[in-house]
Amino acid sequence: MSDTPLLEIRDLSKTFGSVQALTDIDFEVRSGEVMALVGDNGAGKSTLIKCIAGIHGYDSGEIVFDGKPVTIHGPIDAAKLGIEVVYQDLALCDNLDVVQNMFLGRELRDFLFRLKEPAMEQRTGETLKGLRVTTIKSIRQTVATLSGGQRQSVAVARAVMWNSKLVILDEPTAALGVAQTEQVLELVRRLAEQGLAVVLISHNLHDIFETATRITVLRLGRNVGVYERSTTTQQEVVQAITAGVPTKVAGISEAAPEIVA
Amino acid sequence: MTSDAEIVAPGIGLPGGGEAEQERGLWQRAVGNIKSGNLGVLPVVLGEILIVAYFGFTATNFFTAGNFVNVILQMAGVTMIAYGVVFVLLLGEIDLSIGYLSGIAAVTAATMQLPDGRNYPGWLAILIGLAVVAVIGSAQGTVVAKVGVPSFVVTLAGLLIWQGVILQVLELRGVIIIETNWINYAATYYFSANVGWLIAAIITGAYALVELGGAIGQRRAGLSVRPWMPAIKLAGVAVACFGTVAICNHATRPAACPAGTPLTVNCTQSQGLPLAALLMLVFLVGLTFLAKRTTFGRHVYAVGGNAEAARRAGINVARVRILVFAISGIMAGVGGMVLAARLQSVNLQAGGGTLLLDSISAAVIGGVSLFGGRGEVRGALLGSLVIATVANGLNIGNYSTGTIYIVTGAILLFAVTLDSVARRLQERSGR
Repeated sequence: MSDTPLLEIRDLSKTFGSVQALTDIDFEVRSGEVMALVGDNGAGKSTLIKCIAGIHGYDSGEIVFDGKPVTIHGPIDAAKLGIEVVYQDLALCDNLDVVQNMFLGRELRDFLFRLKEPAMEQRTGETLKGLRVTTIKSIRQTVATLSGGQRQSVAVARAVMWNSKLVILDEPTAALGVAQTEQVLELVRRLAEQGLAVVLISHNLHDIFETATRITVLRLGRNVGVYERSTTTQQEVVQAITAGVPTKVAGISEAAPEIVA
Repeated sequence: MTSDAEIVAPGIGLPGGGEAEQERGLWQRAVGNIKSGNLGVLPVVLGEILIVAYFGFTATNFFTAGNFVNVILQMAGVTMIAYGVVFVLLLGEIDLSIGYLSGIAAVTAATMQLPDGRNYPGWLAILIGLAVVAVIGSAQGTVVAKVGVPSFVVTLAGLLIWQGVILQVLELRGVIIIETNWINYAATYYFSANVGWLIAAIITGAYALVELGGAIGQRRAGLSVRPWMPAIKLAGVAVACFGTVAICNHATRPAACPAGTPLTVNCTQSQGLPLAALLMLVFLVGLTFLAKRTTFGRHVYAVGGNAEAARRAGINVARVRILVFAISGIMAGVGGMVLAARLQSVNLQAGGGTLLLDSISAAVIGGVSLFGGRGEVRGALLGSLVIATVANGLNIGNYSTGTIYIVTGAILLFAVTLDSVARRLQERSGR
């Protein structure tokens, strides 16, 4: 794990009309770690990642990626930097098969705009194999026929296939059963082991304490604090989520979060 | 050519899955496909066989070579328009203006070729006609994609507007005779017997080359290749091509008698493959290529399946929508000219009647889902064939126009019900 953050966000603010969704948010994630992003409903988790992914613009603030200040105007910009997002609702097309979904919007084609199906099929197979996703029988079956866990695996595999450096997972286990949740969490850990920076959004503290290296807590669109998984407790995090009590953690410098209560 | 094989074919499994295991799974997967609502072209092919069998036994003069050629000529116009409908339906949208857009294209082309008017050459007249409907289609598509007005309303307005324009333009003349063979040949030209055979051979050979190329590409990528499936498909294509040419060459049509022939003798000449059949095939291949083998086609399916997912994947959804409405307009224009070629003129009825509903029905009967994202271009050809066969058979059997409407409507209702049931099955088979 490197010490300099791969992605660093400083003082990011975002309003929707008169609603202040994010106020002066600071956030960072390093390569090779799983950074959990938690908070109650409306805390601004989804808004924050949509800003990073280029789905929303942001009003003010700074994004530093790989040591360089960047501007992200759309999903393509984010993808070029190596940022991939796996959304809560997966953003897969049910009517397309696994290969087609993996390459959606970035199809390989030759000079005549013809799709290079064999190449895409081959790379899909390799990617899934590399992530040890073995439950999918045929990569030519439509996504509609896959189980929730398999879909999630496809979505995650799609995110990592593009030599991405940062993968953001929005509630990846929300709709899954116990066994499938375990499968996906295993996949998340593997991503970090392979040296990617992973941001994990979840409501489920059990999942977070099983996978995360550090935990960032948001509340009502503001920072509450950053916690080391190894030194904190579920209780402390719950308190931070619900009451917004900031806790100073040794070894981590943080902008003094404002207390809203 | 109409085999269900392509849909049943499961493709290539993950590396590591044994070949033998996949072979065994083929039949099971076919059953699984049907159970999960992935019916493909199976229902429409079975339906067509039933319809042909019924009329073959009940209507005299139905099961003849001459009538086979008739059906081809009758379906050509609707088929062309329905090709465009497929793309619109794949997006989950609808285009109600296609009927009169076909009329607009035909009227424009007819006006341009008028000897006492602009007197443009036929090919230029056709291009101008198609350009006009392409622009109209993209304009309607822009309102749908950029402003967000439902396509139903935009194209309903288009239906009224373009009908009005046709009435205004033709108010004085009523009818414009088309004299250029560039247009008229679309419905009146027949290839000689030998050229017909040559065409069938070229198509079969080209198909074989394409299949071979695909197999080589897969092998080169280290993927397993199943040799017998393409072989079956190739055999199907060969039978369909040579069969069609054989029947068309066998057909005869009335002809002008040479001077001095007694009036009591009916003169005939042998017919041959109509140009219209080749046109339908050329557009079928071209548009199938566009839908299945290009990024644009892939994006059409993606937008129809999940527009938000497509947007997040970086696809320019608005651009896809606008282009699809342009395609819809252009194909309506092509269909309009084929229809005008049959009459060798355009009149106040151009683009009216049941043309719009027949075209949309053709695509839907051919298995293209109204909910978007599911269906293939060839569905339009098959659906149009069903509609033309029913109309033709009932006509020959001396049934009224009313009966034709009722039967076509019933088939459409059946097709849509099947689509809805298939959709529900597919959702259920999901998680």
